[in-house]
Amino acid sequence: MDLLTFLQQLINGLSLGSLYALIAIGYTLVYGILRLINFAHGDLLMVAAYVAVMGVGLFSWPWPAAFGLAVGLTGLMGVLLERGAYRPLRRAPRISLLISAIAASFLLENLALVIYGGRAKPFPVPEMFTGAFVWGGLFVPRLSLIIPLVTGALLAGLFLIIYRTAVGRAMRAIASDLATVSLMGIDVNRIIAFTFLLGSLLAGAGGLLWAMKYPQVNPFMGILPGLKAFIAAVLGGIGNVTGAVLGGLLLGFLEVMIVAFFPAWAGYRDAVAFTLLIVLLLLRPTGLLGEALGEEKL
Amino acid sequence: MLEVFDLQVSYGAIKALDGVSFSVPRGRIVTLLGANGSGKTTALRAITGLAAPGRGRIVFEGRELQGLPTHEIIRAGIALVPEGRRIFANLTVYDNLLLGAYFRRDQPALARDLDQIYDTFPRLATRRTQAAGTLSGGEQQMLAVGRALMSRPRLLLLDEPSLGLAPLLVKEVFHLITRLNQQGVTILLVEQNAAAALKIAHHGYVLSTGRVVLEGAGAELAAHPQLQPAYLGDEPEAEAPPFSS
Ligand SMILES: Nc1ncnc2c1ncn2[C@@H]1O[C@H](COP(=O)(O)OP(=O)(O)OP(=O)(O)O)[C@@H](O)[C@H]1O
Ligand SMILES: [Mg+2]
Repeated sequence: MDLLTFLQQLINGLSLGSLYALIAIGYTLVYGILRLINFAHGDLLMVAAYVAVMGVGLFSWPWPAAFGLAVGLTGLMGVLLERGAYRPLRRAPRISLLISAIAASFLLENLALVIYGGRAKPFPVPEMFTGAFVWGGLFVPRLSLIIPLVTGALLAGLFLIIYRTAVGRAMRAIASDLATVSLMGIDVNRIIAFTFLLGSLLAGAGGLLWAMKYPQVNPFMGILPGLKAFIAAVLGGIGNVTGAVLGGLLLGFLEVMIVAFFPAWAGYRDAVAFTLLIVLLLLRPTGLLGEALGEEKL
Repeated sequence: MLEVFDLQVSYGAIKALDGVSFSVPRGRIVTLLGANGSGKTTALRAITGLAAPGRGRIVFEGRELQGLPTHEIIRAGIALVPEGRRIFANLTVYDNLLLGAYFRRDQPALARDLDQIYDTFPRLATRRTQAAGTLSGGEQQMLAVGRALMSRPRLLLLDEPSLGLAPLLVKEVFHLITRLNQQGVTILLVEQNAAAALKIAHHGYVLSTGRVVLEGAGAELAAHPQLQPAYLGDEPEAEAPPFSS
């Protein structure tokens, strides 16, 4: 393989990895505070995509309005999930919470199925996001540059909130010791809702970017990227935000490189992702940046 | 300032508190004593809304507290230094202290309070950017107290602040409690170290299996012949043979 192809794959990997990272953050934030795998998180991509399809396609809104609304509604949907499916079970055994998450995922998928039908709809990609640059032999779709840039900006904002604001401090405190946070005069429910809002807004943005990269929208489109992002979060050490970003990038690069180096394996790229997860967890059960989980955290 | 009437708290079938009443007058140090499992921590958890009383009333400055969520009770002017300190181990000393003041909006006064806490506990000042979990046990206790003070409580609840500390540090902690009290903070102190607690307390109550069994002014209670053997559990244990086959 020559340098050009390698560069080409690097760009592809970066854009796929950024998407995984964006989605993985939602898993890791929620796990960090509630020790819950929010299985409905991936379906939020689909919610964002459908809202955008409706806004741009059905109501002919300008895309910034439709995209903004899509991201906003997805954020609200995440908060609603927490209110309806998780908060009532906060004191229940963790397995109940997990089952509730799976149920919420089915609910969203089937709701979309009822409303939009099972046939995939084309995603109306705004012109701004189409086209490509060609430099020498390098072919760079405009979207492949936009995705990492948008992701970078969103992540910078997220880190600012987590590490530089009072709400972020409260989020970190909840991750450290949930039971003690209310003794600080903090309304824990509000911080948890805010955490879901943040993760879901990122999933909304991720959903739109995903739908522009693979412009087919169907009720189950969130499942696979959701699972991959979950793997990325575990790879990075679930609960750790930086880890989720690293895990996402790592998974994105690996997937792209495998297809590039071993074209014959292209059909197995998903299997490779899961195998990688198993191997890494065997070698390093806590993921790349994860800390060992104490008894109480499990 | 704080009145507790006929408080009853159960964990499932276990009655941890069975009709307990006591009061903490403004400006005083009141201590709750008792052996392991007598219900001291449960009383503090009920006051702060962490445990729901099945019966009874808790009145703070004329306001009924039972049923209020914990964060509102804290915002009403009560702070708790919980059993086992419960500092946020992954966060820095500075973050821990600011969390104590989370709901305060009086920026300049808050900054002054932070400086004052660093003055009182110079060791926290030098470790302000260090993860709280890396502090020594004594330093963590200081941090837990400092964090509670950052909310400017009018009533400070302390759950066994001397537990696990070296004798010299224990002395320091009790000094500190006296000093805070002189600065106007009313104090409810839970202790197993009865002698030390009664030395600084104006009034004390002794709990045994969820009931108040003794009560009196600090010095009076300290001299009470029944105090040690009957209810604190230290003496009989010391007298028991090490092994009996
Ligand atoms: N979460 C809980 N679930 C069930 N029982 C509990 C719980 N917390 C306390 N208890 C029981 O309630 C009783 C009172 O406990 P509490 O913690 O209030 O005692 P304590 O006086 O603080 O003891 P210690 O000096 O050991 O801290 C004990 O019998 C204890 O076993
Ligand atoms: Mg206790």
